[in-house]
Amino acid sequence: MITFDAVEKRFGDNVVLRELSFDVAPGEHVTLIGPSGSGKTTILRLLMTLEKVNSGTISVAGRYLSHMVKGDKLVPSDEKYCREVRMRIGMVFQQFNLFPNMTVRGNLIEAPTRVLGLSKDEANARAQDLLDLVGLGEKIDAHPTQLSGGQQQRVAIARALAMRPDVLLLDEVTSALDPELVAGVLKLLRDIGESTDITILCVTHEMGFARDFSDRVMMFDGGRVIEDAPPEKIFSDPDHRRTQDFLQAVLNH
Amino acid sequence: MAAGSTSLWDWDYAFSIIPDLLKALLTTIEITVLGSAVAFVLGLVIAVVRRARIPVVDQVLWALVEVIRSTPLLVQIFFLFFVLPRFGLTLSAFVVGVTALGVHYATYTSEVYRAGIDAVPKGQWEAATALSLPRSRVWTGVILPQAIPRVLPALGNYAISMFKEVPLLLAIGVVEVVNAGRELGSETFRFTEPYTIAGVLFLVLSYPASMLVRRLERRAAVR
Repeated sequence: MITFDAVEKRFGDNVVLRELSFDVAPGEHVTLIGPSGSGKTTILRLLMTLEKVNSGTISVAGRYLSHMVKGDKLVPSDEKYCREVRMRIGMVFQQFNLFPNMTVRGNLIEAPTRVLGLSKDEANARAQDLLDLVGLGEKIDAHPTQLSGGQQQRVAIARALAMRPDVLLLDEVTSALDPELVAGVLKLLRDIGESTDITILCVTHEMGFARDFSDRVMMFDGGRVIEDAPPEKIFSDPDHRRTQDFLQAVLNH
Repeated sequence: MAAGSTSLWDWDYAFSIIPDLLKALLTTIEITVLGSAVAFVLGLVIAVVRRARIPVVDQVLWALVEVIRSTPLLVQIFFLFFVLPRFGLTLSAFVVGVTALGVHYATYTSEVYRAGIDAVPKGQWEAATALSLPRSRVWTGVILPQAIPRVLPALGNYAISMFKEVPLLLAIGVVEVVNAGRELGSETFRFTEPYTIAGVLFLVLSYPASMLVRRLERRAAVR
């Protein structure tokens, strides 16, 4: 579903990702772990086209994301092409990023009506279903500012799902939440993971969640994947010294 | 008429000129409203276009803004009124007034809009991108509805400030309040009443308008 091929990303002199290659199969749940600054979030941002690669290619569902085929050459993708491929990808952010100038309903129907061309009725029905799913059915006409952080994040998840994405990117979605709200959001994500076949890429510091949610865990350090294994293996018997140290540090805090 | 009176203030004369001055005030208000409309729309266009950082277009706009800001408004008014006709474009004094004030203030309002747009968190752009919203909809649906309410007080202040600069247009013969007062005075050789009333008219409109803007500012700060 997702292929990174020799991707390099620099910010100025700082190389964030070097020669990074990996695949994610359709429906797979992959969690990216590693110390901060190791490039995990950058991977999600590259997939969402919020950043551009310096070299290498990224493809989603067999189509290049960072590049497009023009004649027989590979050129950097333009805005229109980018949007088309990107429509199959949804993202949930650490800071929710709901649109405060719209109601919950407005947030949920905006892209389905404007981008997918759904009618107002279809989009409203979809919004109501998704809000019921995330347990906020009665909040459809509330404003985001009237909701708690946990509720806002649920709405943001529903907003991403309203586009029926093939790929969902979760960027530290519980990091900005009060501790008592984290469990509810993680449970929701587990339910979504079980009941859909969306391919999910997740950056998180919640190791318990990573363990039972993921099919695969990738450990990042210094812009490289230093370990890539099922969670049972990574969490109980990691090969790499850096992985052991990192997990020790995270789990004992 | 008490044209020959030597007292400092002649009430009869003062009342007799009020209708003329009010009529001129209407012209002043018309120019302010239209000029503000130009400034608000053009300033927004400049701010949005400049944010796209299109090569050449961006440099041209930058240069234009700098030139307009670094030269006196009166020079710009004279340029439009006396120089443009030599290039075949003759505009009425009224149109020159609206254009000069509108374009001049657009260079300021564009900065106001820019600040308002910059104040919208980056996450809003990213969320809009993640939903694949078309560029135009990102502006009209997400960014501007958040940016514009914040800048309304600043725009209001520029409109008030423009209102008080309309008298500059007497230099090209627009009969706004001060010019009307001057004409009345030169007929009767009494200048105290016309200019005082002209000043009072400005005060009576500007002061409540400023109060309104201040209330708007306070409300924006609370939110």
